Amino acid sequence: MSETAKGKVGIEVSLAVSEAVKQCDTDVISAYPITPQTHIVEHLAELVANGELDAEFIPVESEHSAMSVCAGSSAAGARTFTATASQGLALMAEIVYCVSAMRLPMVMVVANRSLNSPLSIWNDHGDVMMVRDSGWVQIFVENGQEAYDHVFWCFRVGEDAKVLHPVMLNMDGFIVTHVVEPIEFWSEDMVRKFLPPFKPVHRLDPEKPATFGAFGPPEIFTEAKMAQEHALMASMPVIEKAWDELFELCGRRYQPVESYRFEDAKILFVTMGSIGETARVAIDEMRETGEQIGLVSLRLWRPFPFARFKDAVRNAEVLVVIDRAIVFGGVGGPVAAELRSALYSEKKRPKVVNFIAGLAGRDVQPDDFWQMLERAKNRVAEGREDEFEIYGVRG
Amino acid sequence: MVKPADQWKWQELEPGFVVLAPGSAADYKTGDWKSEHPVWNESICIKCGLCHIYCPDIAVFQKSTGYFAGDYDYCKGCGICSQECPTGAISMVEGKE
Repeated sequence: MSETAKGKVGIEVSLAVSEAVKQCDTDVISAYPITPQTHIVEHLAELVANGELDAEFIPVESEHSAMSVCAGSSAAGARTFTATASQGLALMAEIVYCVSAMRLPMVMVVANRSLNSPLSIWNDHGDVMMVRDSGWVQIFVENGQEAYDHVFWCFRVGEDAKVLHPVMLNMDGFIVTHVVEPIEFWSEDMVRKFLPPFKPVHRLDPEKPATFGAFGPPEIFTEAKMAQEHALMASMPVIEKAWDELFELCGRRYQPVESYRFEDAKILFVTMGSIGETARVAIDEMRETGEQIGLVSLRLWRPFPFARFKDAVRNAEVLVVIDRAIVFGGVGGPVAAELRSALYSEKKRPKVVNFIAGLAGRDVQPDDFWQMLERAKNRVAEGREDEFEIYGVRG
Repeated sequence: MVKPADQWKWQELEPGFVVLAPGSAADYKTGDWKSEHPVWNESICIKCGLCHIYCPDIAVFQKSTGYFAGDYDYCKGCGICSQECPTGAISMVEGKE
C-alpha cells in the first residue's frame, strides 16, 4: 500500500463513493433520488450544502432532466457526476444515448437494480443491460474499495482527450451500495497525481460558438456512427494505462478481465459484479475436492475486451456463465450471448453453459455455485449446453 | 459545413460531431423536400405580407416591386402561405419549382 494513503475507514460504500466524488473536485452534480442510489446523492447534497464541496448541486424533477443537465454541464467543460438505478435509468435512457454520441465525459454510478414489473427495488443487472448499447464506457465493481477507487478512474478515463466518453460505474444495489466496508481513502496528493483537471476539446463558449448535437442527414449519419464506434474501441489503451497507474499509486491491480485460480482450470465460472466474490469462496471449496475450476470476472463490459477475454479462457473446456438479466425471447442472458459471439470464430473454444441467477436480489450463495457446477456438467454430458437455464426457479 | 455532407470521411469529423463552422444550416437545402410549391397571382395580391409572416421557414421574401415570392431552396411546400392568404392569391402547384 502507498505510504501516502490515509489508512482504512469503516464507511457505508455509498458514502465512500460520494467522498470520492468530492475528492475529484467535481463541479456539477445533478440527480434525482432513486433506491438504491439515494445515499450517494443525498450525501453529496450534504457535502455541497455544508461547504465541503464547491460544486453546483442541481436538483431536478426527473432523471431525464438530470441527464440533460449533465449534458449541458459537461459541454460547458465542467466535471460532472450523476447516479441512478433501474426506472431512473430507464427514464434517462434517451439522453444517455445522446451524451455518448456527443462525446461528453461524465461519471454515472448505476446502483444496479431490477426493472419493474413486478415492482422490485432489489439488485440485478436488468437496468444496465437496457443501455448496454448506448456507447458509454461501462465497468463493474465487486466491492466497496473497488467502487471508491473507480470513481477516480472513471473521471480519469472519460475526460482523457483520447477518450472523451461518459463512463458508467456499475455497483450492485444494496449488496455493495448499502454495506459498511473498510475503505482505504486516497490522499489529496494521490488524487492530484492521478486525475488532471478536465480540459475539454470543444466546449460551449460564447466567445467561440460551436454547434453541439447537430442535425445529421443520411449523407453523414453513418460516418458519425463509425467515428463514435472507432473512438470507443480506441479508448482501450487509455483504459489499461489508467489501471496500470492506479496500481502504481495504491497497489491494487485492476484489469479488464479478472481471473482467479484459472491457470489449470478446465471449468471457469464467468461473473460480473459482486457475485464474483461469492464465486471465489465456492471455487476455494471446490478446489479442496480436486475440481480444476476457476473464475473469470468481467470488469470492463464496454468497450468489450475481446483479446483479454479470449486469453483468459484459452485453456478452459467449459465456461459457466452466470447472467443477472434475461434477454426475453432471445438467447438467455446478455453476457453469455456476448461471450458466445466473441468465441465463435475461435478454432478451439470452450463450451458455454448459461445460467440466469440472482434476479432482483435473490441470494446466490456458495452452495448455489456447487449446484450450478453439477447442473453444468450434466448439461455438457447430455450435449444440451446451448440451452439456458433460469437457476433455482420453482415449478 | 465547409464541404457538402456527402463528402466527409468519418476520420475528418470533430469529436461528438461538433460543428465549428457557424451558419452551416444554410448549406442544407431543405427545399428538396417539397412536392408542391407556391405560386403568387400578382393581379389579386394586396401586398399584405401575411405569407411572409406565416412562413415557418422564412422562405417567403418581398421583391423590389412589393410583391412576394418563394425562396425555393428552403421552401418545403407546406402550403401555409396559400392557406393564410386573404385574397387566395397563392396556389400550390405540383413540382419543386
